Amino acid sequence: MWGIVSRTAVNRGFSVSKSQFRCLVQGARNFSSKEMTVRDALNSALDEEMSADPKVFIMGEEVGEYQGAYKITKGLLDKYGPERVIDTPITEAGFTGIAVGAAYHSLKPVVEFMTFNFSMQAIDHIINSAAKSNYMSAGQISVPIVFRGPNGAAAGVGAQHSQCYAAWFGACPGLKVLAPYSSEDARGLLKAAIRDPDPVVFLENELLYGESFPVSAEALDSSFCLPIGKAKIEREGKDVTIVTFSKMVGFALKAAEILEKEGISAEIINLRSIRPLDRATINSSVRKTNRLVTVEEGFPQHGVGAEICASVVEESFEYLDAPVERIAGADVCMPYAANLERLAVPQIEDIVRAAKRICFRSTSMAATG
Amino acid sequence: MSVHLLKSRNVVSHFRSKLGFLAITNQPTCWNTNLNHHFHTCSRSILQNLESPHEFLCENRNSLCFHRWESTMAEKHLNVTEHAMDYPGGKVKFTSDMSFIPGSPEERIHCYRVLDEDGHIISSSNFIEIGKEVAVKMYMHMVTLQVMDTIFYEAQRQGRISFYLTCIGEEAINIASAAALNFEDLVFPQYREPGVLLWRGFTIQEFANQLLGNKADYGKGKQMPIHYGSNKHNYVTISSTVGTQVPQAVGAAYSLKMDGKDACTITYFGDGGSSTADFHAGLNFAAVMEAPVIFFCRNNGWAISTPVADQFRSDGIVSRGQAYGIRSIRVDGHDAVAIYTAVHEARQMAIKEGAPVLIEALTYRAGHHSTSDDSTRYRSAREIEWWRGSQDPVSRFRKYIERKGWWSSEAESDLRANTRKQIAEAVQFAEKTEKPPVAAIFQDVYDVVPSNLREQEKLLRETISRHSKDYPSDVPV
Repeated sequence: MWGIVSRTAVNRGFSVSKSQFRCLVQGARNFSSKEMTVRDALNSALDEEMSADPKVFIMGEEVGEYQGAYKITKGLLDKYGPERVIDTPITEAGFTGIAVGAAYHSLKPVVEFMTFNFSMQAIDHIINSAAKSNYMSAGQISVPIVFRGPNGAAAGVGAQHSQCYAAWFGACPGLKVLAPYSSEDARGLLKAAIRDPDPVVFLENELLYGESFPVSAEALDSSFCLPIGKAKIEREGKDVTIVTFSKMVGFALKAAEILEKEGISAEIINLRSIRPLDRATINSSVRKTNRLVTVEEGFPQHGVGAEICASVVEESFEYLDAPVERIAGADVCMPYAANLERLAVPQIEDIVRAAKRICFRSTSMAATG
Repeated sequence: MSVHLLKSRNVVSHFRSKLGFLAITNQPTCWNTNLNHHFHTCSRSILQNLESPHEFLCENRNSLCFHRWESTMAEKHLNVTEHAMDYPGGKVKFTSDMSFIPGSPEERIHCYRVLDEDGHIISSSNFIEIGKEVAVKMYMHMVTLQVMDTIFYEAQRQGRISFYLTCIGEEAINIASAAALNFEDLVFPQYREPGVLLWRGFTIQEFANQLLGNKADYGKGKQMPIHYGSNKHNYVTISSTVGTQVPQAVGAAYSLKMDGKDACTITYFGDGGSSTADFHAGLNFAAVMEAPVIFFCRNNGWAISTPVADQFRSDGIVSRGQAYGIRSIRVDGHDAVAIYTAVHEARQMAIKEGAPVLIEALTYRAGHHSTSDDSTRYRSAREIEWWRGSQDPVSRFRKYIERKGWWSSEAESDLRANTRKQIAEAVQFAEKTEKPPVAAIFQDVYDVVPSNLREQEKLLRETISRHSKDYPSDVPV
């Protein structure tokens, strides 16, 4: 319901400044909800966690003086100083290794990758130094670190700036992988991630940073936290389950509205957590609707949808009335030209068509609009 | 003249920045000033005196030699003009002499040594006198390390453990560096430094348990042999990835500094490890972040089969310190006293000044890379034997302490016999100890065992009980 309300506010460019925000927090208890952009949600979460725990510190390129490449860390350098907001030289491998070392000695780093594409330079440290350390040391070394940054496709940034890493990181034991959609997701999940003793990969989305969502009074409280590993049913339905995460949740909600008019009631599940995957919620929804569509922006082979499909086939096979449909990005490197880019990522129409196919309402597979 | 100098702020500030550089390099140099005078200095203490140049100039006239500049002398800075520019990063003087700095110095950076090959103190050495108790303890640990390596290596050859790595030839590096540190200094090893853990009190039995991967292993059987680790000994669990420990040590040092602790971190790596990207980032960052970390490079000439000539063309690793703005020293890796002194000093500098230090120990990998390697395939057995025999750090240090009257050949044979027996027994005991229970597979993936793994464990146990004949009866469930 709130998802639909927030859609109308999307391009208003409404954002909350720091001082306005403080007033909102004070006034929040008098109202049922306030609007907040994802950017401000992340900023406020970082601010509150840094304020509550002196061991939390931020590290990354441009996070300090520049206020953050996407302004997520705005104002934090001024507030906490250069010892807690560190501008790093250009070496993802280097600063990730350093952050992991600091975490070994009980600091709580929040490492920002300008985009997760650059995390590939540091992936050895993320997996071999962070994810596996607790296991390899049999519990002697814990790594309370958070790796965050924008993930997946943006707009017109080409092949090396558009890959989605949810499936790669989601495969690794030892990591927790989160993918927020709304501002409430962003606040609750980031706070949970920072407080978690395990290494967490926090996949944001650049195009969502500027989007506004209503946030409840509870979500604005500094102790607010969302559980890791629990998906959210954004919209209830009875005909088809659509499972997705991050930006695609917004597309799926729009698709659901279109489907509603055609008499198909879609249940939209916002995963929130890629690892651990909330198999229970997914399966109980499929057992109710008997149809499953998964949606992701990333590459199709070995994607998140593949794992969801396998889970449902293993646990709820008898409940399926139709084969599972996976919607994913095209199996090509992301092209640059706007028309080609549009064809390479899922659009609302693709979700609508898939839902109709799965409900035996249409047979068209082609993306002819 | 000196009065004129004091009034000239330009000169003093030139002087200040130049002397800063001099203090770091400890080499003579010369430059042109407003008054066309040469200054030749060689004292490191000058750096400390730059706070008050007035007093300094008055008190230290003797150490500064004022030479008249001779235009006919072919000097390095022949055509330096006063014209300088404040670039981002600092002031730089211009020269109209186009010359390239050579890739390698005419003479390689000298190697600090205190004991000669016969264990005599080289006269006029500047070193720390190690007391009898510590010296004997050091020697005994070096012997234990040597014997441990021999027996565990043989155990692998006999098929009792799957893998082993020796540190033959590097016993002094292991023990002397450990002895110079405090217990609270956090150690980030590569994999050829079990001696540091031994020094800190890790027992032979604890080593054997890890090698056999039994239930008493602190690693709960999760890692292959020689991947020791112990929180209570401040020794970070060994990870196979090469060089990753370098930036990690920097991050941990930063954490120690933020906590205001009287402790530093030390990280060890080899000549091969210095080629990794992590080495570059680690050293660069440590300098920028001013982290109290000691970078200890064991340059033993070989990275498996790659000789140093194929690894880099720089003058070893010590020459890179200056490239990162880090103080560095080259020491004889077979000389326990030199290593002890260098690490002790480095530790003081790192903590007091919050600055990193680089130590390169020149040595030779007298053993094979590991039990998976036969190094006679790429180097001559004669070469290996020569280094093993004539440069053995253990015998060198023994000669030193024997001469002091602190050791005897009787003590020697007793120690070796007892240690051999102890280690052999430890291996036998470790072999008989139970392996870790099945639950250990699922523990420590995360802080708290998640529901999917609890489920898997349950399924596994059910499978084991249903098909018990397919599972070994002596392995705990």
